[in-house]
Amino acid sequence: MELKTPLYDCHVAGGGKIVPFAGYLLPVQYPSGVIAEHMAVRTHAGLFDVSHMGEVMITGPDAFANIQNLFTNDFTNMTDGRVRYSPMCYEDGGVVDDLIVYRYHQEKYLVVVNASNRHKDVEWMKSHLFGDVKLEDISDQVAQVALQGPASTKILSKLTGEQELPVKFYTFKDPILVDGISCLVSTTGYTGESGYECYCDPADAPKLWNALLEAGKDEGLIPCGLGARDTLRLEAAMPLYGHEMDETVTPLETGLGSYVKMNKPDFIGKKALEEKGEPARTRIGLKITGRGIAREHCDVYGNGRKIGATTSGTHCPFLGYAVAMALVESPAPETGTPVEIDVRGRKITAEVVSLPFYKKSK
Amino acid sequence: MNAPKELLYTKSHEWVKKLDDGSVLIGLSDKAQSDLGDLVFVNLPTVGDSFAAEDTLCDVESVKAVSDVYAPVNGTVTEVNEILLDTPEAINQDPYGTWIAKMTDVSGLENLLDADAYVAICEEE
Repeated sequence: MELKTPLYDCHVAGGGKIVPFAGYLLPVQYPSGVIAEHMAVRTHAGLFDVSHMGEVMITGPDAFANIQNLFTNDFTNMTDGRVRYSPMCYEDGGVVDDLIVYRYHQEKYLVVVNASNRHKDVEWMKSHLFGDVKLEDISDQVAQVALQGPASTKILSKLTGEQELPVKFYTFKDPILVDGISCLVSTTGYTGESGYECYCDPADAPKLWNALLEAGKDEGLIPCGLGARDTLRLEAAMPLYGHEMDETVTPLETGLGSYVKMNKPDFIGKKALEEKGEPARTRIGLKITGRGIAREHCDVYGNGRKIGATTSGTHCPFLGYAVAMALVESPAPETGTPVEIDVRGRKITAEVVSLPFYKKSK
Repeated sequence: MNAPKELLYTKSHEWVKKLDDGSVLIGLSDKAQSDLGDLVFVNLPTVGDSFAAEDTLCDVESVKAVSDVYAPVNGTVTEVNEILLDTPEAINQDPYGTWIAKMTDVSGLENLLDADAYVAICEEE
């Protein structure tokens, strides 16, 4: 039985097409459709319910030491109010999940994880804690709304008055009153666009949702579903757990090397990653030049030989063509190299391109 | 729900239009295009191929996913609507004015639903 997020009634009232996703009933799209929603985020703004995400609080005198051990990124030079992305690995170097860490202070961190991995993550983290630290799964006490797109600041500012919003990318402030509702507000997101994520009490979520939609009405803000969330993250080449990585893929293979700090004294998975050496696979971008769309699990051929498989793919509404990401054997073919993708028995042509497919203009 | 009376339908949401020469045009219903969402690619069938009713005729890609289109009747494809290669969204904009394939040597028309029966099935879903 799927759970409803605190915004379920808002989605139904707004005409959202509801589907089960990661144990929750969420809108895959609103009446405007995936393409219009995608374009709204690239050109104006879009509002997403991401309350399904998991939130975990890690507190105590040894919180920092545990974060350093659990996650592959380095949190040493992180200051209060910053947010940092990191993979979390198994001992063998495979990925448990990828997540973002909010630092309140040295002894208090909020960790946001993928909904589908929440219980696995909590169990994994709990079983690897040491010292004086407390880990609490607060997912059910937190709702989350993502306001994304170039008009986001203008829209949010209408509801925050004189308060200073976080400005620098991957920072946060807590609390900020948004239309009187106490929120953690961060400059984060999963669209490749600038914007905010607002965390609040589930009881306040519908009021926050409606206030943001109202404030954004004249700025082109529309509610968006999971469909646009996926096409936006794919166009921006942001990896998704279960696609670009999982327990069989290391973060180095999937191109997350800059978030794996091998010079840290230790972290779970470091030894295995050291022993593996240079990654055997590489994540590449493919632009479809033939007719069709390659989604996940399509074999990729270079010079007639199978070199790997796609991990995600779709038609990109903003770019206007289809793209895919693929994990292929190293060394990967260079940018510009033509390859073929087997789409349900039919070979279509593609070209290796650099990632990301889309990067927002400054 | 929009389902013109002069067409026949399948449970899998294809429509069939009988032409005077005994051939048929095949397309996707308004409900199908609405459920699929924005279409971005139509992988047309090959002219000359024969199909039995309920065989996979071709597939269409929406932004979200790929979906099969089933042959509503037995027959042979004699023509495909190549306009769809460049404008798949025509199916979203005008589902009943946008055919996908034309078939001849058709049999099995008696198994198709009329508009009232099709609407009744859709309303049960």
